[in-house]
Amino acid sequence: MNGLEFEKRRFIIGLIATVIIAVYLVRLLTMQIMSDDYKKNADSNAFQKEVLYPARGLIMDRKGRLLVYNEPTYNIMVTMNDQIGVDTADFCRTVGMTQEEYEERMAEIKDSRRNVGYSRFTPQQFLTQIPAKEFSVIQEKLYKFRGFSIEKRAVRRYATTCCAHVLGDVAEVNPAEIDSDAYYRKGDYIGKLGVERSYEKDLRGVKGLHIHLRDARGRIKGRYQEGRFDRYPEPGRNLTLGIDRELQALGERLMRNKIGSIVAIEPSTGEVLCMVSSPTFDPHLLIGPERGRNYRQLQADPYKPLLNRAIMGQYPPGSTFKTTQGLTFLQEHIITPGTYYPCSHGFWNGRTHVGCHGHYSPVELNFAIQTSCNSYFCWGFYHMVMNKKKYGSYSAALTRWKDYMVSMGFGYRLGVDLPGEKRGMIPNAQYYDKWYKSRWNALTIISDAIGQGEVMLTPLQVANLGATIANRGYYYVPHVVSKVEGRAIDTLYTRRRHTMVEPRYYEMVVRGMRSAVLGGTCKGANLPGIEVCGKTGTAENRGKDHSVFMGFAPMNNPRIAISVYVENGGFGAHMAVPMAALMLEQYLTGELSPASQAKADSYAQKVIYYGTKH
Amino acid sequence: MEQSTNPQGIFRSLDWITVVLYLLLLTIGWFSVVGATYNFGDPLVIDYTTRAGKQLLWIGLALVWAFVLMFVDDRIYDTFSYIFYIFMMGILLITPFISQGHKGSYSWIDIGSVSLQPAEFAKTATALALAKLMGSYGFSLFRPRNFLLALALVLIPMALIIRQRETGSALVYLAFFLVFYREGMSGSVLFVAFSAVVYFIVGLRYDADPLPHTLSSVGQFSVLVLVWVFTVLLSWIYDRNKLHALHMALGGLVLLGSAYAVSRFIVPFDIAWVALGVCLGCVAYIVVQAIRTRVPRLLLMALFGLGSLTVYYSADYALNNLLEPHQQDRVRVLIGLEEDLIKAGYNVNQSKIAIGSGGFWGKGFLNGTQTKLKYVPEQDTDFIFCTIGEEMGFIGSAAVLFLFLAIILRLIHLAERQRYSFGRVYGYCVLSILLFHVFINVGMVLGLTPVIGIPLPFFSYGGSSLWGFTLLLFIFLRIDAGRNRFGYTN
Repeated sequence: MNGLEFEKRRFIIGLIATVIIAVYLVRLLTMQIMSDDYKKNADSNAFQKEVLYPARGLIMDRKGRLLVYNEPTYNIMVTMNDQIGVDTADFCRTVGMTQEEYEERMAEIKDSRRNVGYSRFTPQQFLTQIPAKEFSVIQEKLYKFRGFSIEKRAVRRYATTCCAHVLGDVAEVNPAEIDSDAYYRKGDYIGKLGVERSYEKDLRGVKGLHIHLRDARGRIKGRYQEGRFDRYPEPGRNLTLGIDRELQALGERLMRNKIGSIVAIEPSTGEVLCMVSSPTFDPHLLIGPERGRNYRQLQADPYKPLLNRAIMGQYPPGSTFKTTQGLTFLQEHIITPGTYYPCSHGFWNGRTHVGCHGHYSPVELNFAIQTSCNSYFCWGFYHMVMNKKKYGSYSAALTRWKDYMVSMGFGYRLGVDLPGEKRGMIPNAQYYDKWYKSRWNALTIISDAIGQGEVMLTPLQVANLGATIANRGYYYVPHVVSKVEGRAIDTLYTRRRHTMVEPRYYEMVVRGMRSAVLGGTCKGANLPGIEVCGKTGTAENRGKDHSVFMGFAPMNNPRIAISVYVENGGFGAHMAVPMAALMLEQYLTGELSPASQAKADSYAQKVIYYGTKH
Repeated sequence: MEQSTNPQGIFRSLDWITVVLYLLLLTIGWFSVVGATYNFGDPLVIDYTTRAGKQLLWIGLALVWAFVLMFVDDRIYDTFSYIFYIFMMGILLITPFISQGHKGSYSWIDIGSVSLQPAEFAKTATALALAKLMGSYGFSLFRPRNFLLALALVLIPMALIIRQRETGSALVYLAFFLVFYREGMSGSVLFVAFSAVVYFIVGLRYDADPLPHTLSSVGQFSVLVLVWVFTVLLSWIYDRNKLHALHMALGGLVLLGSAYAVSRFIVPFDIAWVALGVCLGCVAYIVVQAIRTRVPRLLLMALFGLGSLTVYYSADYALNNLLEPHQQDRVRVLIGLEEDLIKAGYNVNQSKIAIGSGGFWGKGFLNGTQTKLKYVPEQDTDFIFCTIGEEMGFIGSAAVLFLFLAIILRLIHLAERQRYSFGRVYGYCVLSILLFHVFINVGMVLGLTPVIGIPLPFFSYGGSSLWGFTLLLFIFLRIDAGRNRFGYTN
């Protein structure tokens, strides 16, 4: 075989090689010649880039009162390559450290395992967060120490000790954050929790850049092209929260020494008026050099103060959930306002029994809500799920039921503008099919009808339920930030979400909730001159019951909807109702009467740590 | 006979063009290593403690090797190639057991203070063995037995090197398929491999992009259309009855066009199903024609169509299950699925910045900032082309690429002028390996091919690679120089 018959293939092989090289040449051409000239030049070592940090946006409450602001601090930077002939003894005296500390710090900086990305050509942080007072002393002598420079930065300060969960905090970026966003460099700050995190891109602003020319010995020789490519920093955008500072402070005071949450929403906008999660912490703990230690301490606390229970706590809603059931049954024509169901100390059906307190029987919707009758809603749920004629199967009926719940904002994250929101739980047919191997009916899952069983909501979802009823059938996604300077807020928060229930049915439930305040389970929320509507809840759980209230006021043109959760607080009427009444009074009248002040103090002093550590 | 033993004759018939190209590449290569390892502010000292100094030593020794090789009778290769091959396979086999392990790879053997990578020399052994086998009397790639034997010669070192966790070096052996092609392997094998790679990349890269006015993904639709186009093309080339290809082309065009129109103007739907239908329709059509006309060869085309669909639909599976995690990353980054700037993507990104910043003329020798400030990892080994791009600019990089193209084209010429299959096959082995290295290495630095850690011939720092390529090349030059021993002259 001499292979001559395939001799022509050499041209193909030559062609393959030529094509490969040609493609690479074209690629080189686009990369090297048709790319951004300035960027290339600026990367050259004849330029020193000085980053100018923008001021981080301020945060204000709904009345424009400052909550978070900035205070200047200074970092001392060192560029190893330039650091020649420094009198270290003098330097140590000036900054107030010992020679050993100095050596140790220098070794730390040079250790590229701990100080990733270390380069002896770029400034490295030597000392950070030096307050302005101490700094002025150092600044005077800094000229003597070659290679040392200053960097002006700012730290966050808080005008109040409340709202820690909502405000969140800032801290140095971690390597993962640096990699995922080109904006950040080592040592930059980034929002870690709360609105500081969720509005990070608004708050951080745009960094400025000055390009200095320097000679081969590193001395600055002036601006590159008279500063034509320099950029000044753009300060971050200021945020205005929907939070009312006084209401929030009162809420935190009431919840002192208790576990739970109070959330209030303005129904007409969806703005969150207060978001209390207890226990809470002082936001000042998470700024300054002590941050790391304090953070670890808070993390180790068995009562989990870092957890924002308002959006991360998932509780059975208890009887507050009955309102949603009434609405669903009305819309589905399972019941009418004239439908009566029996209640003889509860719901009896075969071997299933759900207890109820003593009241007359039979009952219709209005009285059922007023007195929080378990039996009524169990019957409604039973008739809905077992209605094979209407839905075809239990699964189909439950799916329909689940759709109603989802339309009311349950079972999924509402989309509040805070990180870490939980979705709660609305069980669906597949869930029970799996659990009960498809052998289930309305009786198996009857406790869902009264907000027990598998149903779980966050306090925010319960407050949003109050807002939805107040609006008679729609809600805005709750949000804590009401205004962002220089841009409109996300349309996510300005679009109405209608539930699957018509407004006329909502009116019926509103009347029931009004009756509950006037002569039912939440008489304690009856404020003089204000038409409060409410619904208590007593959420059963492993320990003592959680005390729950959900309501809004005034009945017509509502201004506030509220949910109160006191873990292990017992009956709804016992803790949640009076606390809600104080909150409503504070918000709607702008202050507390002296009598109410005294009452608030007495609630603030109650200690309920039922020993359950979550 | 006279010339082969006479050194003067050897040097007269030696191909000096290749030697000059080789020396040019070595020189530029050394300056690149100097540039890549130089630190700003350090005095430029070349001694044997620096990598630049060591590289100079490797180059010197490589030249001595090359010179010595000229005095070895070239027939020795023909005679001892199998023994050499078996010996090298033995070394590859024991390497993982005696290797100390470098960065998770067990491919290095320490001899005193020097580390050698046997895989670099195994290429030469495999090339020689392949040349011997394919040059033997009566050998034909069309005989399955012979073809399998040749395949085994290539696959054995591949398997042994993969076991050393050096997948990159193992992939180099794929270059031998180009030799098979030259020696008569059907071009469709290369075509099928090429199509598989295209399906894989296009399918995954554009999987998430929606095709406007439809419910299909661009990736899936394009791959299915490609399968259809390739099938029609194959039919056009290999089927005598051109009507068949025409039918499939027109039928597909009408179906896809109307499907798109329906989706655009009536109701949007996933038109990839129609494209899949067209592909399957073509396959069925070819099968029917094959049976009708009793030309079983046509069935191969149907097989291609079906195989293509299988390859595409299993690409995702392959990516997620067959490759090692770091290789998955590299593939994903390469085809743009992930912006992974910390691992594989970091290297490629930094190397692109470095090259881009070189501009037309480059920043000048020792003035590259990106490479000097250690932004680019492995800048003196696998990523050395970066330094060339940054310091010598487009002019320099283009010159280097042209030098590689020149030496490859020259080697094709030399290989074709061999009188015996042995020399020709060996020559093609040499140039195919060179081409593969340049293709993958430069492509990787330019962000066009996956990040597979193989060196740039004559440039990357390291003795093994340099000596390996020198050995490979100069054995061929020696064989070429002895081609006229029976009295022919040109």
